Amino acid sequence: MKDAPLSNCERQFLLQAIEQKKRQDGRQTYDYRSIKITFGTEYGCCTVELGKTRVLSQVSCELASPKDSRPTEGLLFTNLELSQMASPAFEPSRQSELLVKLNRQLERCLRNSKCIDMESLCIISGEKVWQIRVDVHVLNYDGNLMDASSIAAITALSHFRRPDVSIQGQDITVHPAAERDPIPLSIYHMPISVSFAFFQQGTYLLVDPCEREERVMDGLLFIAMNKHREICSIQSSGGIMLLKEQVLRCSKIASVKVSEITELIHKALDNDKKVRKEGGKCGFAESMSKERITSLQTVESPVEMTDVQETAREIIHNAETPSETTLSPVLHAVGLGQVGEGVSSGWGVEEDEEDEGMEDQPERAEGSRKGDVVVISDSEEEEVVVLQ
Amino acid sequence: MPVSFREKVDEVLLPGDVFSLRLPEFGSDVKAEKAVCGPGLRRNGDQVLVCKSGVLRHKAPNVYWIDSQQKRYVPAKGERVIGIITARSGDVFKVDVGGSEPASLSFLAFEGATKRNRPNVQVGDLVYAHFIIANKDMEPELACIDSCGHANGMGVFGEGGLMFRLSLGLVRRLLAPQSMIVKDLEKLFPFEMVVGLNGRVWVKAKSIQQTLIVTNLLESCENMTAQQRQTLFQRVAEGNL
Repeated sequence: MKDAPLSNCERQFLLQAIEQKKRQDGRQTYDYRSIKITFGTEYGCCTVELGKTRVLSQVSCELASPKDSRPTEGLLFTNLELSQMASPAFEPSRQSELLVKLNRQLERCLRNSKCIDMESLCIISGEKVWQIRVDVHVLNYDGNLMDASSIAAITALSHFRRPDVSIQGQDITVHPAAERDPIPLSIYHMPISVSFAFFQQGTYLLVDPCEREERVMDGLLFIAMNKHREICSIQSSGGIMLLKEQVLRCSKIASVKVSEITELIHKALDNDKKVRKEGGKCGFAESMSKERITSLQTVESPVEMTDVQETAREIIHNAETPSETTLSPVLHAVGLGQVGEGVSSGWGVEEDEEDEGMEDQPERAEGSRKGDVVVISDSEEEEVVVLQ
Repeated sequence: MPVSFREKVDEVLLPGDVFSLRLPEFGSDVKAEKAVCGPGLRRNGDQVLVCKSGVLRHKAPNVYWIDSQQKRYVPAKGERVIGIITARSGDVFKVDVGGSEPASLSFLAFEGATKRNRPNVQVGDLVYAHFIIANKDMEPELACIDSCGHANGMGVFGEGGLMFRLSLGLVRRLLAPQSMIVKDLEKLFPFEMVVGLNGRVWVKAKSIQQTLIVTNLLESCENMTAQQRQTLFQRVAEGNL
C-alpha cells in the first residue's frame, strides 16, 4: 500500500513554519524528541523510542570461523529491517532505497568505526571466533530512523553479554549463564548518529526531522560521532551543496547532542544493572505503565508560545486607552470605603470570563479600574512556559 | 447469549456478540420490533452479529450502532471527507481519502463546472467532497456538489492552512452538534476548521503559530476528560490573552 500523499497545503505550511523557526511539535530547531530506552529481560535486547519512532534491537552471538585475512578478529554483522508494521508505505521483501541506505550507514557507523574490540572475540586464532549479530527492527516509523537505530544498536551492544568459554587443548567449552557469569563486550566508544535535515537548498537546518519534515526536506546529513568528538562517519544525501561552515556547524551541534545521548544511554544501562543486581523485575512488560486499558494516557505536547507575548503587547497597544477617571472614594456609609461608582463590585464577574477576548478587558474594567492592563501582562509573562 | 438491544445500550460489545431477532414463542402479545443497524452491526439470518468492538449506541426510535475507536477509514455513502488529489486522468481526478483505494472525482462534479469551464484543481490540492458511491465492490466516487448542483460548502481548499490526521472517533466527537471541544476551542481565538469524516482535519488561523496551537490542542484532545481539557484550554487562554 502506498503512503498517503503529501498535499500542497501541508508542504507549504511546513516550509513556512520552518522559515519562522517553528516546528509542529513545538520543538526548537536543534531539539531532539524525547528519547526513551527500555531493556528486555534478555541481555542485548532494547527498544528505543524517539518521539513516535520506535525501534527494537537484539544482539546475538554464535561461534564461527574467522576471515582468512583477519584470523584473530571476531565478526560483527548488522542488519536493519523495515517491517510493514512500522508504516504501510514499507513494502515487504523489497530492498528499498531507504533500507539500503540505512543498512549501509548503520554498518559504517558500527563496524567501520571499530567501536568493539574485535580481538577479544577471538577464541582460537584462525579457527573459532565469536560472531556478533545486531538485528534492528523498526516497530513504528515517524522519521529519523537512523538516529533511533544507531542508539538502539549501540545500547544493545553495550548491554549484551556473551557466554564465557574455556579452552583445554583443542576442546572449547561454552559455559551457560548458570555456570559462569556471561561476559560483556569490550566497547571502546559509542558512535551515535545525528541527522540534520536541510530545507530550501541548505538555508534552514533542523535536527531530528520527523516524518513530515523528512518529506519536505531537500537534503539530509548524517554525522556519526562519539563523545570524544571523533567523527566516525559522515554522509550527506539528497544532493544539496553544503558549505564548509555548515558542515562545521553541524558537527559542533552533533558533538553536543552525542554527549547528551551518551549520558542518557549510560544512565539507562546503570539503571538496568542496578535493577538486575537487586533482583528486581526487568523487561519490557515491567516498563509499561500498569494502568488499565481504559485509563487515560496523555502525552503533553509542548506548544511553543514565544511570540504570544508580543501579540499580547500588540493587543494592549491597540486597545483604546481607558478614559481618565479620577478615583473618587465615595463614602456610602460610615466606615465603608469604595472605589468607583455603584455598590456592587465587578470583580467576581471578571473571574468567570477570563478566557474572553482581551479587547473586552478595558470595558469590563470600567466598574473598577485599577491598572488591569498591567496585571494581564504580568500573568502573561508567567504563563509563557506553562505548556512545555 | 442472545439478548435484546435495549439491555445492552451504552455497554461495551465485542466482535462475535450475537443478538437474536426471533421473538420468544410464548410471548405472542409482544409486538415485533424493527431495528435499523448502523456501523458495526451485521444481520445474519435472524441474528444480528457485532463486528466491531465498541459501545452500543441507540437513537430513538430504533437506530442502533457501535461507536468504535479506529484510525482506518472505510468509505461510506454520503459522508463528507477531505481528500488529496493524486492524479488527473481523462476527465476524472484520483483522490486519496485514506481508504483502501483511491476514489474518483469527476471534473463535472464541481459547482458551475461545464465541459468548457473546467475547475482549477491541481495535483496535491485538497478537496472537501462527499461520497456518492461507496461500496466494497466498486471504486468509490466523490462529488463536490449536492443533488441540486450547489457546492453547499464543498469544493477545493484555498491557500494556506494545515491538514493533519486524528482518530475517527475524535473526528466524530468534533462533528457532533453541540460539541464541547469545538465550543471550548472557539473561545481561544478565531480560526477556520474543516473536519472530514475520514479523520482529516484542516485548520487555518491568523498566524502559523496559532494554527500550530490549534493542531496540538486537537491532537491532545484524543485522551482527555472534559475536565482536563478545560484546564488545558484555560491555561492556553491565559497564556495567550
